[in-house]
Amino acid sequence: MGGDSGSQTPTDGAKWYELFSRGARDWLRHDEKVREAVRRHLPQAVAGGELISGGARTVRVPVRMLEHYRFRLRSAEERQGVGQGQAKPGDVFEDPARTRSAGGKGPGGEGEGEVQLLLEFKIDDIVEWLWEEMRLPNLTPRSGPSQEQEWTRQGWDRRGARSRLDRRRSFKELVKRRGTPGAVPTFTDDDLRFRQLALRRRPAVRAVVFFLLDVSGSMSERDRQLAKSFFFWAAQGLRREYRTLETVFVAHTTQAWEFTEAEFFQVSGTGGTVASSGLRKVSEILHDRFDAQSFNVYLFYASDGDNAVADTEQARAALAAIADEACFCGYVEVAAGLSRHLDTETGRLFADLSTAGANVGSCGLADFDDVWSAIRQFFTAQDPAHAEGG
Amino acid sequence: MSAMEWRDYTARIEQLARESGLRFHPVEFEAVPDSFMMELAVYGLPVRMPHWSFGVRYIYQLIQRNMGHSRLFEVVFPGNPGHAYLAAGNGLAENVLVTAHVLGHADFSRNNLLFQRCQGQVSERIVEHAAQHARQIQQAIDTHGLQRVEAVLDAALALEQHIDIDQSVRRPQYPQYTEPPKTLADDAFRRRFAALEPAAARAGAPDRRRAPVPPHPERDLLWFVAQYAPELESWERDIFLAVREESFYFYPVFATQIMNEGWASYWHARLLREAEFIPQQAYLDAIKCHSDVVRPVAADQQVALGLNPYHLGFAIWERIVAAEGLAVAFAIRAEDDDFGFIRNHLTRELAAELGLFRYRARDGRIRVLEEDVNALREAILAPKYNFGAPTVLVEKVQVDGTLELSHDHAADGRGLDLERGRKVLEYLYRIWRRPVRLHTIDAEGRALEIAAP
Repeated sequence: MGGDSGSQTPTDGAKWYELFSRGARDWLRHDEKVREAVRRHLPQAVAGGELISGGARTVRVPVRMLEHYRFRLRSAEERQGVGQGQAKPGDVFEDPARTRSAGGKGPGGEGEGEVQLLLEFKIDDIVEWLWEEMRLPNLTPRSGPSQEQEWTRQGWDRRGARSRLDRRRSFKELVKRRGTPGAVPTFTDDDLRFRQLALRRRPAVRAVVFFLLDVSGSMSERDRQLAKSFFFWAAQGLRREYRTLETVFVAHTTQAWEFTEAEFFQVSGTGGTVASSGLRKVSEILHDRFDAQSFNVYLFYASDGDNAVADTEQARAALAAIADEACFCGYVEVAAGLSRHLDTETGRLFADLSTAGANVGSCGLADFDDVWSAIRQFFTAQDPAHAEGG
Repeated sequence: MSAMEWRDYTARIEQLARESGLRFHPVEFEAVPDSFMMELAVYGLPVRMPHWSFGVRYIYQLIQRNMGHSRLFEVVFPGNPGHAYLAAGNGLAENVLVTAHVLGHADFSRNNLLFQRCQGQVSERIVEHAAQHARQIQQAIDTHGLQRVEAVLDAALALEQHIDIDQSVRRPQYPQYTEPPKTLADDAFRRRFAALEPAAARAGAPDRRRAPVPPHPERDLLWFVAQYAPELESWERDIFLAVREESFYFYPVFATQIMNEGWASYWHARLLREAEFIPQQAYLDAIKCHSDVVRPVAADQQVALGLNPYHLGFAIWERIVAAEGLAVAFAIRAEDDDFGFIRNHLTRELAAELGLFRYRARDGRIRVLEEDVNALREAILAPKYNFGAPTVLVEKVQVDGTLELSHDHAADGRGLDLERGRKVLEYLYRIWRRPVRLHTIDAEGRALEIAAP
């Protein structure tokens, strides 16, 4: 009978269930499905997250456990049950199920469906998937060789050069094979693991991206978060194309300052908005530090669009000057919760330039869900065909 | 003391159980590690088909165990022979108790009519059958790929509870044609009437008519999909039927839980009392373990908002044996399931003695309701109807193959959870391969249709 296949006893006396856990197998399959699901909904999953670029090149995405659905009755406002203990008819007490879920502080949550997993993703993988998923075009750099090849470490194999022996990994294999770490471990050839190299294409051109953020009094905390989320993914997209991507962070109110990335998103200012101050600061840094010939220049500007009316002409001139040298200038109008259709001072400024044929684009950003449509819009706007036309 | 000593007692406990009137198939005992006990609890069978939903349950089980909530002493599978798995971590006293408990289960599953009927149909070797299913599904995965097999299992396991236990496991398809009306009795009047005008008498015989599918609302969704899905492949049908067969095995376990656990608890207590060969200390430890198992409410609580089936069943069996004698108890264990057991034998006095009460929970407050033993019995049984699932019936298959389901909301008291319902329809749609619709009601009681795609 088939049962024999299940209860076959290996010669050394260990039972099959000691060698193999079905629970763990199905658990891994569940995790795989979660990863697939996250990958499919990646834009939503990562857009709102607290993302820190640099340092650890991973993001953590909290996800719920999957539910295998079955027909269930809708939850009623009222449920009946049977209990046992010292209670008389008419007694009233608090529902522990209710208070527990309302408190919501229990470690690991209560009941099914409330356990959260924290999945860690490599940002490089995410960006790769996203570009694949959203079918975003690759950018065409202005100058320099576009690709170069490079050896990177990737995976392990049973054969390899002695110098590439991975001792730790090999020892793990030994322990795995022996089951328990015994007295004297003896390696066999099968245990040895060698680091492998793979040829990877890397972009070879340098680029600089300026992130210009309006931090005037009208920009709320959430507006800055939205801008940050957009900036982060825009930078990741560019990083994919360029071997070295310099980032410059500039914030402005009526004046402009350069910040480090860490400080940049904490900055909040008061007072009015003078876009030209920020734009001039960008030009200044561009000319001081970067050679426009060897760098591909990008500018992303996030603001709520309320530029001082008196500043319009100066801002137009400053922007036109940058647009002349840059591959692309993008404007995101952050207005958490409301969409103003770019019908603002700054919005019109960019729209005018765009009609005039400059390589600029703009997009409204009202919610975290919009981050991806903005990214898509900017990267498709630079579609080679389109870019050559402009 | 070593756990292996328990095996020395097994034969003597079995002997004692036989002398006390228990009749059981031989049971194979095996001590297994905790991790495997946990998997037994998750899968319900020692070897079962792979599916990610078991992985989810496994994680919850792990979390529960790590929080110290539950501990499993034994898992027993009925059959001939029966299989009993004991946690290797059990002490001698626990194992002595568990052995007696397992024999109680073995007696129950051999003699209870519901078990007998289901086992007679499924097989007395469900453990081996399930392993066979697992292997067959693994082969399907190798041949057709994980994605496709998973889609079938998503649908089949989601409908796991939707079987018709009153039909047989190997159930033939519906008759293709409607029954012709009964021919009238061949009496004197008929003969004279036929003699008058032979043609007219024959003209009354109708043509055969094709029977509609289904001829009546069908509750066995697994069977119906397996038999009538328009483009089901044979390996997909096999998976549906495998899941259905396992459901037939699980049903009696589900529908006699209070009786069965009570019976096993009654017998482990009784056999321990009578087993003079057990050392005093082991006996005391075992009795303490017993009282932990059949305790109605957790030690630190006054009131529990649920029932411990071990305790309830145990108390009812004690009353039956005390009041009506062992012979009657044996007859009841053979003939009843939980529905009969609770309705016939949970008396008002016993309910009061046990401190059972009904309650209503609303807006975070729990109100204890007035005493009413009939309502109390129904409240205990309410989650047990229809294998614990809402009643969903196949109404009709449209000409274009659309599957129409209906939810018997009148029986269930309220409508379905729409979100979940839709997801189940999506699973089903991938297998039925034609649109699937389901009629239910919304929160206000208005008719509502959900559909996939």
